[in-house]
This record gives sequence, C-alpha cells and structure tokens, in this order.
Amino acid sequence: MKQVVVASGKGGTGKTSMVSSFAALTNAVFADCDVDAPNLHLILKPEITEKMPYEGMEVARIDEGKCIKCGECERACRFNAIENFKVIEEKCEGCGVCPLVCPVDAITLHKRVNGIVYVADTRFGDFVYGILSPGEEASGKLVTMVRKKAQEIAEKKGKDLIVIDAPAGIGCPVISSIGGTDLAVIVAEPTMAAIHDMERILKVAEHFNVPTVVCINKYDINEEQSRKIEEYCREKGIEILGKIPFNKKFTEAMVEGKNIIEYDEELGKIIREIWNRVEKKLEEKEKT
Amino acid sequence: MIITVASGKGGTGKTTVAVNLALAIEATLYDCDVEEPNANIFIKADLQKVDDVKLMNPVFDLQKCTFCKKCAEFCKYNAIAVLSSDVILFPELCSGCGGCKIVCPYDAISEGSRSIGEIYHGKNGIEIYQGVMNVGEARATPVVAKLKEYVKKDGISVLDAPPGNGCPVIETMHGSDFVILVTEPTPFGFHDFKIAYELAKKLDIPAGVVINRYGVGDDSVEKYCRDEGVDVLMKIPYSREIAELYSKGIPFASHIPEWRKKFQELYEVIG
Repeated sequence: MKQVVVASGKGGTGKTSMVSSFAALTNAVFADCDVDAPNLHLILKPEITEKMPYEGMEVARIDEGKCIKCGECERACRFNAIENFKVIEEKCEGCGVCPLVCPVDAITLHKRVNGIVYVADTRFGDFVYGILSPGEEASGKLVTMVRKKAQEIAEKKGKDLIVIDAPAGIGCPVISSIGGTDLAVIVAEPTMAAIHDMERILKVAEHFNVPTVVCINKYDINEEQSRKIEEYCREKGIEILGKIPFNKKFTEAMVEGKNIIEYDEELGKIIREIWNRVEKKLEEKEKT
Repeated sequence: MIITVASGKGGTGKTTVAVNLALAIEATLYDCDVEEPNANIFIKADLQKVDDVKLMNPVFDLQKCTFCKKCAEFCKYNAIAVLSSDVILFPELCSGCGGCKIVCPYDAISEGSRSIGEIYHGKNGIEIYQGVMNVGEARATPVVAKLKEYVKKDGISVLDAPPGNGCPVIETMHGSDFVILVTEPTPFGFHDFKIAYELAKKLDIPAGVVINRYGVGDDSVEKYCRDEGVDVLMKIPYSREIAELYSKGIPFASHIPEWRKKFQELYEVIG
C-alpha cells in the first residue's frame, strides 16, 4: 500500500483544495489529518458510517474535600497546569505526576474524550477524518488513529493508496502525518513567509526520510519569488510537479462546496496533470 | 495589555495583522508560531539569540538501576524501554514531566536536558521576540511557554499565535486580555474561525474579528458575528497590492498610511 501526504509548513497555501481535487482523480482512501482545524469534509461532504471517540490523554482532578492545600502538586507540575489548587484542564497533559506527589491522595486521573474519528462515504469514495476537541492535547496520537483507520479501510476494500491532508506547521501532528509515507507533496506559495516555511517542512521530510516534490500555488502573485522556489528546488534536486495560477475560481468552487475539477475544466486540467505526475512518481519509487 | 492574534485556519493573515498592529501602535511583538515563525520577515530586525529552550530528560544511572521497570510503567508517553541490562529513552516522546525520577525507588534517575528550540530578540522600530522550535522536534508548547516568559508586564504586547486550535495555541492565548481572530470569508476560514472563537470563549478571553480578503467568498462570517454578538473590528479588502506587498515581506500599513491609522483605531476600540 502506498501513502501520499500533502503538506506545506505554512497554512493557507492550498493543501486542502489540492487534496479535495485529487479525490476526484483517484480511487484512494482519503484521510484528513489536520485534526485541529479540519476542512476537507466541507468539500467531500461525507456520509458518516462509523464514529469513534478518541481518548487521548487523561486529565487530573483534585478532590477539594480531601485537598489540604499543601501545594506539592503545583510545585511538581512541569506544565504549569495547577494554579491555586485547581487544575487548568487545557494545560494538563495527564502525565500522572500530581497524583504521585499528593500526600493525601486527593488527586485522580480521569479519562476524557479529546476528539472523534469519523469513517465516511463520499461521492469520491472512502474518507476518514478526525476532529480534535478545541484546546485538547495529543493531536499527534489522534492523527495516528486516523491513519490506522484509513489503512484498515484500504485493506478491507482492496485499495492500494491513501492520500493524507496534513496540518500546517512542523510539530507533533505534522510529524505523525508524514512519518512512514511514500511521498510528500509540498504546496508552496511565492511569498517570503511561505518559502521560509517550505524550507523547514522539507527539512522535516528529509529528517524522516520521506521523498518530496513541490507544487507552486498562486505562482503568478510574485513571479520573482516563484523563480526563487524553483532555484531552491533545483539546487536541492527536488522536482517541481506543477505551477498553479492565482484565480478567484478556486474560492468560488470552495464556496459552492466543490473541488476545482468539478468547477472549472481549464484549472482542473492543471491539477489533473499534477496528479498524473504524483502517480508517476509513485510508480518510479516502486521500481527502485 | 496583552493582545493575541489567532485564527484557527492557517494563512488567513494572522502575521499580517499582528505585524501591522504592533507597528502602528508601537507595541512589542512576540512571534509564538514557533514551528514556522514569519513575523521577522516583515520587521527585519537583526535577531540575537537570548535563550535556549530546554526540556528535562531523564538520565539513567545504570550502576544504581535494578531494571525494575517502575519508570517505564509510570511513563504515559511510552518514552522509556527497560531491557534486562539497559534502559533506553525515546527523547522525542518524552514530555519532561519528571515522573520517572519521582517513582524510581533507587534514586537512579537524574535530570538532564536537551535543547528543543531557541528564543531570539531584536529591534527595528519596534521590539520583537521570536521562538523557534528545532526541526524534527514535536513539542511546540514548551517553546511558546519559554517565549512568554519574556512578555512584559507593562506596555502593549502583541502575540502572533500559531494556526490550529491545539496546545500551542492555548499556551499562546492563555493570560491574554484580548484575542483578535483573523479569518477570511470562505467556508474553510469560517469553519475554523468558529472553533477558535469557541476556544477563546472557553478560556474566557474577550474576542473580536478581523475579516481579511474581504470580498472573496461569502457573508457567512459576518452573519455569524452578527448573530453571536461578536464585534467585527476591521475588514481588509482583497487587494492585489496588499497581496504583493505581503509576498515581498513588506507590512502594508507602513506602505499605505491610512491603514496605519486604521490599526491605531482598532487598538482604541479594544484597548
């Protein structure tokens, strides 16, 4: 089974628009791993077939009746999650240190539902996505759960490809999204900020031994910066799979809940060519 | 006063708003998007490293260790593997909670540390502090926490938050007096804005909205704000000029003076 991840470092470069278009072009299982702020379901419009609670980290609770206000827990907590003998749930990691140090056994750990994983049918096929409750910890673990479920579905249905929509950034959920994939498609933008971020995400992919290719979105917003991306990639031996022009039709399609393949033939053709090159890349990799 | 600029969705214009606001009102800027810090691309200060972000990591004394596995059993992160005559730590899984040291009956664990990021400071017109997480690290939150130690008690501080709604965002927002939520009038922007707004409410921080790229997409954000009673503080129209200035790393309000005034007025409203 092959896995392709679409990532970017910087947010808002067009990852999800790209992935939603790929959905129309291949019979793969799609997985939205941007569990903090998932958007792919807004285009794929899933009919949910299975729903699983995600229990991430536990949370500490202080029994006020037993608490003697000695402050041992507050001193021991490395996450500054206890203030004035109360647990700040958003900051609690559930590490278990406070119950350990409490001299009167006033603190216990409790399960909490940190999110939900959905399995769904869409007009393009199978789709798995996760939604983290706002402000919860351990999004990387939820990403892993989404990917495992996607693999299960792919195996069950005899599909040999999974396409993953990664979150922005380079931290925990991103590492969980790109680790162990066969190809990372990095969506770049010709702005100084996005180029800076692209360089960092490329380093992360390299760190985890994932081969990369780059697409330049909105390349005509600043052609000079686009050339810089091309030069950078040439130097590093990274292939550029395509350049997508800025066009308001991408937003219009999103507002209608469609991908660009469904919305505009001409722009759709550009994405189609990019997808064909992604497939070719995967075939090449298989041969080597 | 501490103002956090957040959004939920990435790429809606958090950094644009944070930078232009900080410049207009001469605030100190803190780039809390430590995974992908971008604010200094616009401020162009000569940054100097002022601090290392270290995470506690256990160090095992194999002379004292009896391989009883109490540490590994305690660790909620599965960061420790105890073998018959060795102990292995997976540092990227370790949260630095320190529990293993407490549970060890033989005093065989001491505290080491490793660097997971750095804090920078510089000045160009305004002061800027920036946190940077090392590539390959998973935990952004301790870097944000370290950076926030530099937030000044007096004066105005503007914090540029990371995208998403997870732990690094909470760490950034926590203790702020006001949250500016930057969104764009698209289904993706609207969807993530609602989550970010819920988060601000949960943390009990007053919030207002800046709609960026106003004119693209639809009016669902405005409708929602009207129904929920959230103030729309500013609308930045979609303009090729602003997009181009952004791509070159130029803060648009320092290029277009009327916008500088608008950001000052925005501060008057929330300040």
